[in-house]
Amino acid sequence: MSSMPNFVLLRPETAADAVRLRAAHPDSRFVAGGTDLLPNMRRGLVRTPAVIELAAVRELDFIRRSGDELHIGAACTLAALAADPQVAAALPALSEAARAVAGPTHRASATLGGNLCLDTRCRYYNQSAFWREANQFCMKLDGDGCRVAPRSTRCHAAFSGDVAPALIALDARVDILGTGGVRTLPLAELYRDDGMAWLALGSEELLTAVRVPLTAGWQSAYAKARVRGAIDFPLSGVAVALRRDGEHLAILRIACTGVASRPCAIGGLDILVGRPLDAAAHDIIALAIKRDILAMDTTVAGMAYRRRATAVLAKRLVDRLWQEAG
Amino acid sequence: MKSILSLTLNGRLREDVVPHNTLLLDYLRDGLQLTGTKRGCDGGECGACTVLVDGQPRLACSTLAHGVAGRHVETIEGMRRSGRLDRLQRAFHENLGTQCGFCTPGMVMAAEALLRSNPTPDRETIRSALAGNLCRCTGYVKILDAVEAAAREEASA
Repeated sequence: MSSMPNFVLLRPETAADAVRLRAAHPDSRFVAGGTDLLPNMRRGLVRTPAVIELAAVRELDFIRRSGDELHIGAACTLAALAADPQVAAALPALSEAARAVAGPTHRASATLGGNLCLDTRCRYYNQSAFWREANQFCMKLDGDGCRVAPRSTRCHAAFSGDVAPALIALDARVDILGTGGVRTLPLAELYRDDGMAWLALGSEELLTAVRVPLTAGWQSAYAKARVRGAIDFPLSGVAVALRRDGEHLAILRIACTGVASRPCAIGGLDILVGRPLDAAAHDIIALAIKRDILAMDTTVAGMAYRRRATAVLAKRLVDRLWQEAG
Repeated sequence: MKSILSLTLNGRLREDVVPHNTLLLDYLRDGLQLTGTKRGCDGGECGACTVLVDGQPRLACSTLAHGVAGRHVETIEGMRRSGRLDRLQRAFHENLGTQCGFCTPGMVMAAEALLRSNPTPDRETIRSALAGNLCRCTGYVKILDAVEAAAREEASA
């Protein structure tokens, strides 16, 4: 690993100050837990003259109930999120997703906001400068064209955060603080299907909190396939939220990660509402997943495996939640 | 650019002038010669550089030194008690939890964080707590045995 490049460290104590500093230093970067950004900086993947360190911004570290929603601050660590009894009881998919991120030491410092804003990953990008140069770099940094899809006009690096699909399946919204104030949008709208510009965030904006509805009767779960069960990014991750009404599906939401440049909500599932979870329903789910994901050659595991793994993980989770709700 | 870093290290308040881009690992090893904290993968994947920050395990290779300003940092050097091995260090020694020893400081610190929050963990809990710490020698069984032994000793003390 290369040495850390030089930068100026800025340490605001409030979110408003953090945003003001970001606006004053247009090429700066926010860092919270640093578990992804700092190694990327050392690999030369992120170059910045100023780092805005958010550890002292304590106002963003909270989990609290507000009416029919759970509000979670962006600085809440993944370990705290995974250990919170309210989250585990009401939003198990979120709890399971937080617990599935990396290893325990990463989770002790990695934050919710950091995981939601995680850089996209690709085996042609997350490498040393020497390695990338030997492959003539790629369009995500220093080069031209996409190495996994040479005829593509855009980058196919995969979004690999575990928490986003769980929150998307649970209909979460996010608060974004900018110099003009706070805006709130559905989490799914935070993302673009572009490995180079995957976040729809303004240059000075900071994700400050997540609002998750506490909807009665929803079952939810998250599962991922990875190379090493103890630590790795997802080859494919699937979150499912489901409500069963007797022998019929009342609600079904599925969202995936690791298989596109954004966490993707699987569409076309509303036609299953009011129907039983039978073989025909599973066929519809499998077709919808096949249509909406775009697993590319971005990881050590092949595309076909990850597409099949996504469908299998979804079927297992849907079956499990259906049984548990019965 | 440099500025003053104040923190409590192994129970003692310190103030040092530290460049902004210094990693906690470099501050400990190169700045203070506390070389017990190991540089393993150096990219946040192996756990050899695990230290405690306010009692929580932290990867020193992926943490800015200034990011722990005002916090309590503990390294393997702070584990000894009156010049003697701590119960975890002794348990690693007596249960053959160490072979080459390179991963041991990180293992001990991660296990220390676990035992402080859960003094009587079962084996699965220990496995989960040490999941981010890689060992290329022992195959982990002896390491798990050592942490179990330390927990038993603590429970019977």
